[in-house]
Amino acid sequence: MIFEVFRQERKGQPFQHAGSVVAPDEQFAEIYAREQYGRRQESVALWLVARDDVSEIAEFPDEFDLKYRRVDGYSIKTRLREARERAGTLDMAPGGSDAA
Amino acid sequence: MDARANEFLEYVQSGGQVETGDWMPDEYRARLVKFIEMHGNSELMGVLPERDWILRAPTLQRKLALTAKIQDEVGHAQLIYRVVEDLGKPRGACLDDLVSGKAKFHNVFHYPTKTWGDVGVIAWLVDAAAIVSQKALLKCSYAPYARIMKKICWEESFHILHGRDVILAMVTGTDEQFELVQEALDRWWEPLMHFHGNPIPAEDDPMFIWRIKSQGNEEARQQFLDGYVPQIRELGLVVPDPNLRKDEERGVWLYTEPDWEKLRSVVTGHGPASEERLAFRRLSRQDVAWVERVVLAEAA
Amino acid sequence: MSKRTDLLLSIADDELILGWRNSEWTGIAPFLEEDVAFSSIAQNEIGHARALYELAAAELGTTADELAFDRKPEEYRCAPLVELRRLEWARTIARHWLYETADEIRLATLKASDDPEIAGIATKMDREEAYHRMHAEMWIDRLLSTDDGRSRLDEAVDELWPYALGVLDDELRWKLRARVEARLGRTLPEIEAVPRGVHGAELAELWEEMTLVRRSAPPGSQW
Repeated sequence: MIFEVFRQERKGQPFQHAGSVVAPDEQFAEIYAREQYGRRQESVALWLVARDDVSEIAEFPDEFDLKYRRVDGYSIKTRLREARERAGTLDMAPGGSDAA
Repeated sequence: MDARANEFLEYVQSGGQVETGDWMPDEYRARLVKFIEMHGNSELMGVLPERDWILRAPTLQRKLALTAKIQDEVGHAQLIYRVVEDLGKPRGACLDDLVSGKAKFHNVFHYPTKTWGDVGVIAWLVDAAAIVSQKALLKCSYAPYARIMKKICWEESFHILHGRDVILAMVTGTDEQFELVQEALDRWWEPLMHFHGNPIPAEDDPMFIWRIKSQGNEEARQQFLDGYVPQIRELGLVVPDPNLRKDEERGVWLYTEPDWEKLRSVVTGHGPASEERLAFRRLSRQDVAWVERVVLAEAA
Repeated sequence: MSKRTDLLLSIADDELILGWRNSEWTGIAPFLEEDVAFSSIAQNEIGHARALYELAAAELGTTADELAFDRKPEEYRCAPLVELRRLEWARTIARHWLYETADEIRLATLKASDDPEIAGIATKMDREEAYHRMHAEMWIDRLLSTDDGRSRLDEAVDELWPYALGVLDDELRWKLRARVEARLGRTLPEIEAVPRGVHGAELAELWEEMTLVRRSAPPGSQW
């Protein structure tokens, strides 16, 4: 059986995928993972998950370009310049007249 | 090459990363497996020249350090064979091909170790040569392999320090101890110069074309010489190549051209210790065949 | 030599020699994972040996390395169980399990010692050896779970039994018997223990090779 190993480097850090071990059962897997990913005290914690129990999701459709939900969906430069021109504050903007 | 493979080639050449489940051209997959398998074989075979010295280590500290170093190498073999297995070749098949002589392993592990001087030279200089290649592999286009290289490089950093410490103790010890190091260096210089492979230009090297390797063989060798010849010479040791010198104008190390035919002969199993080591591995594999059966059996 | 020193050297020598025996699988264990596991066990054992030698060295006015390597073979205090050469796998597991079980019994007594240094080191060793025991027990489970495994284990235990008894002092041997019999579900024969004090040819051979490099330079050379 293949077991995926996730390790936490320090308390507070996320668990990250570190690799996999082959073992006949969970008992062996624990010992082997401990050896392979912890013998140098390089991890504070490990998670073990049988590979069969891991499911992958790798497709995220965005057919109609719903960019409004992200920062890159906004371009305020032109309107901001207009507003500053109208208010006569073009030269007052910190960072320059076109800064956001 | 068909259009799809061409697209893939452009993708990896512009830095694209490949994961296990991705489509890949047959040639890429085949070269990848062969290369990574050879690396795994090398880590495993690398244990054999060094293991006897655990018993012979002259202090408890050295005994511990050497045990840990060799342990890392076995651990690396495990990591590397896992990658090969996920690409479709089971570990058992790799080991079968290794002991039958079908698959190769690095030249340096075909040589005997004769003295404690060898132990120092191997840990310091052979591991240094290896780490030059391994750092370049951090950029391998095949991501699972690049990822394990991170762990491997981190663990190997103590090996080189340990090796250098062993050497330093001897070169500041008795005259006989100094001689032990020089003599070992004399024997290991040729295998070290062979290590990075013949100087095929990167653009002609399929491994580089597919970005499995990210540097050419000669570039790796030059990096090794740049880093380590000064370290060797500052200890008063003599590199046994009278032609070795750096052309400061061109920034290039010049040296006596190694015998590339000899390298070919060594890696195809004709090195001084090749057969003995393979035989040893073959025998021990037979002895423990029953263990796999018992461990993989359903509980009674 | 005081009783204390004798005790320290007995355990240190056990751990040093067994540490090597466990390393004999390096590169050739049935699976790579076991290679790595036994390597850790071996390092722990040599680490224990070193700590014990240091305690004894303080008393004797010498160093750990000198105690570990510069005595004559007859001066070593290890139990014959650890001296046996690289055994095949079933015997390796049997020895590993028998030794760890015996050692747990021995350490339990030492943890209760009035001597704080001995109690302290025994506690630390026991904490590390908990993992060795976990590993050994896991293998015993596996071997007992198939007919083939069980018969190989039984054969191995029977052969090593007199040596296993010899790891412990006379008064503790019944504890080892009780544990082993309970675990295997059968009684073991009444048999003479192979005690400390008499070494086989294997130790002399091992000593020869172990001290080769060290003896090649004048005493006190740095390595």
